[in-house]
Amino acid sequence: MDLSFMQATLLTLLGGLPLTLHLTASSILLGGAGALVLALMRTSGIVLLSAPARAYVFVFRGTPLLIQLFMIYYGLGQFRPALQDLGLWSFFRDPYFCAVLAMAMNTAAYSSEIIRGGLASVPPGALEAASACGMRPLMRLRRIVLPLAIRQALPAYGNELVLMAKATSLASTITLMEVTGLAGKMIAQTYRAVEIFACAGLIYLALTLILTRAVLLLEWWLSPRRPRRQPAPPTICTTGEPA
Amino acid sequence: MTATHALPPQAAATRNGTPPWPVEKIAVLDLHKSFGSIEVLKGISFTANQGDVVAILGSSGSGKSTLLRCVNFLETPDAGEIIVCGENVRMRRRRDGRQAPADPAQLTRVRTRASMVFQSFNLWPHMTILENVIEAPVHVQRRPRKDCIEEAEALLDKVGLAAKRHEYPAVLSGGQQQRAAIARALASHPEVLLFDEPTSALDPELVGEVLKVMRALAEEGRTMLVVTHEMGFARHVSTRSLFLHQGRVEEEGASAEMFAHPRTDRFRQFIQRSQS
Amino acid sequence: MHLFDLFLGPDGWGVPLLAAALMTVALSISGLAVGALLGALLAYARIAGGLLARTAADAVTTVLRGVPDLLVIYLFYFGGSQILSWIGNAAGYDGFIGLPVFLTGVLALGVVSAAYQAEVFRGAFTVIPRGQIESARAAGMGSLLMFRRVLAPQMIRHALPGLGNVWQLILKDSALISVIGLVELLRAAQVGAGSTREPFLFYSAALLLYLAITSLSGQAFRWAEIRSLRPFRRG
Ligand SMILES: Nc1ncnc2c1ncn2[C@@H]1O[C@H](COP(=O)(O)OP(=O)(O)OP(=O)(O)O)[C@@H](O)[C@H]1O
Ligand SMILES: [Mg+2]
Repeated sequence: MDLSFMQATLLTLLGGLPLTLHLTASSILLGGAGALVLALMRTSGIVLLSAPARAYVFVFRGTPLLIQLFMIYYGLGQFRPALQDLGLWSFFRDPYFCAVLAMAMNTAAYSSEIIRGGLASVPPGALEAASACGMRPLMRLRRIVLPLAIRQALPAYGNELVLMAKATSLASTITLMEVTGLAGKMIAQTYRAVEIFACAGLIYLALTLILTRAVLLLEWWLSPRRPRRQPAPPTICTTGEPA
Repeated sequence: MTATHALPPQAAATRNGTPPWPVEKIAVLDLHKSFGSIEVLKGISFTANQGDVVAILGSSGSGKSTLLRCVNFLETPDAGEIIVCGENVRMRRRRDGRQAPADPAQLTRVRTRASMVFQSFNLWPHMTILENVIEAPVHVQRRPRKDCIEEAEALLDKVGLAAKRHEYPAVLSGGQQQRAAIARALASHPEVLLFDEPTSALDPELVGEVLKVMRALAEEGRTMLVVTHEMGFARHVSTRSLFLHQGRVEEEGASAEMFAHPRTDRFRQFIQRSQS
Repeated sequence: MHLFDLFLGPDGWGVPLLAAALMTVALSISGLAVGALLGALLAYARIAGGLLARTAADAVTTVLRGVPDLLVIYLFYFGGSQILSWIGNAAGYDGFIGLPVFLTGVLALGVVSAAYQAEVFRGAFTVIPRGQIESARAAGMGSLLMFRRVLAPQMIRHALPGLGNVWQLILKDSALISVIGLVELLRAAQVGAGSTREPFLFYSAALLLYLAITSLSGQAFRWAEIRSLRPFRRG
């Protein structure tokens, strides 16, 4: 193995890391917001809202991300005059914008299902008890539903984040030179696939490892923990004799 | 303790500083409730005064839970009036023709006055026992957190769970969870306690510890509506009983009298069946 | 009229697109099969392997789950050619030898899905009660016979839902194989879009075909699940 080549490769590939990170962060944030809206639409019980959300999720989960990306970047290019009239052309001409849009729309579909699962996991009894002691809907959402749903959904959402970080590699197919794009170019030039794969793989492994660790940390932070043992006051049972 | 036990509820109420004449806590007038095309409650009327422990009896499907849940407005009645602690909860008609409570603030007020204990405990799994108990006082009633904690610890002590206050519900036994749920219900200073089969989900050996707590509450002179299949509790602890059959009140009266001399055949059969 | 000519006319794009859709299906099925083989190996290593085998299987799983699929495809395409060329050069042939793209695609999809399939198989194995293995042994069955007669039939039933998910994953991943030039559905749409200057139309057509494939095969998996439960239902 050629160490100096590996080193040079790693340095070159790291040049693509900022773009990879930007793509990941933007699509996660945008997609998360979209997911929340979609999940609320689907659970609203209003057909006019839930049906479009259903259709959206069906289409985006039923087709490859790559074709969604091409559809936005190349497909919408066909409507250039219309987009120019609307003043949107500068966005849809920009591969970075198109990549973020496609990935955000894609992850929104998957994440909305995860959120929906989290909401469905809230035990109805816990909700009922909240109503019974006088909580209004908004407080119920804040104090009972969201804490329980988020905890339930977090592991699956962590998985989705990792998949998203990996999916940013598709941006290389529309000219964006992030880590995979650079790696692909170098492999095609040098034909040293194994070494370059190892370097790029290392970068992605580090990225996904950090992401999974962060989610685990969050999970740990949110999960019920036994607080440090405090001395319990002596139990004085003031209730009457056994029934 | 034993001294209070001998006193009739009204006397207990006197001791608590309330007038010696009956104070009406719950009044239900001609209550109707249907689910779809099935009419579950077909015109129920009854009242419960301060200090009454009313056992609501009846075979499965007779509408006991539905009645109790209407009193807390977990189910919205189709027709009839429900007066909780002197407040007649106003209703409005929704666009789909069903009724809904008109004033959310009033609904919250009524719900804090009549606290509910469920068959399946329904503790909030993401909160410790103590957090469960202080949740409603702190967030719904907006009382100072410090006071609530002090009071909650006293309540947990009373139900024998002081040592478990920092545990999560999942690690408690069913009996402990139900006692915690009772402490939670007491925390918002309710005037009425509603129990829906509080011991039905428990293993037989855990029933006793919950009944013991409920009995102590009865002896304090608290007003309670208790849906139960525990005939011992109905006969010996409750002051009055209400026997439902197919959505109607089939028989009601003082428990001792009712169990000694059942007036209707159905109630007589019901007692016999539950004794065998 | 324009649409009709474009897709259904004598030189229309309908037939090539459908053929490409078939290619996508063939590619995915082959990928699923290869992945099942590799996944079974990985699962076996994790269930029954020694410390070394288990560690190796864990490492492979971690890498496969942490690295973009596109990168794996590049590795196989260029790496495979690299190795072939070495062999060719050693045998006296001068120049570059490319690995057939279909083969590359199948291998890449198989490898990429292997980690997921291993997890599915392992899950299916762990739900089988230990007592059944003991009773099979007590009946004198050897390992292979036991696997064939007792374990496999039950594992398939438990693995079906998970396999359905992996299948959907592979179907969607197969679009990535277009980057190395295999004319599957996405690539065909790209070609059509390029030569007619109607990208939106062609990508929409491909999108609909993908939707049809994923939802029909999803339906098939659900049907198979119900079928597989039949012998276990009471009454
Ligand atoms: N939310 C609901 N939707 C439809 N039907 C309901 C609903 N809740 C109760 N019912 C029906 O109303 C009838 C009375 O139910 P209810 O739970 O009040 O009976 P119960 O007396 O409490 O019986 P049990 O002793 O089994 O708890 C039953 O036939 C039940 O099926
Ligand atoms: Mg009931």
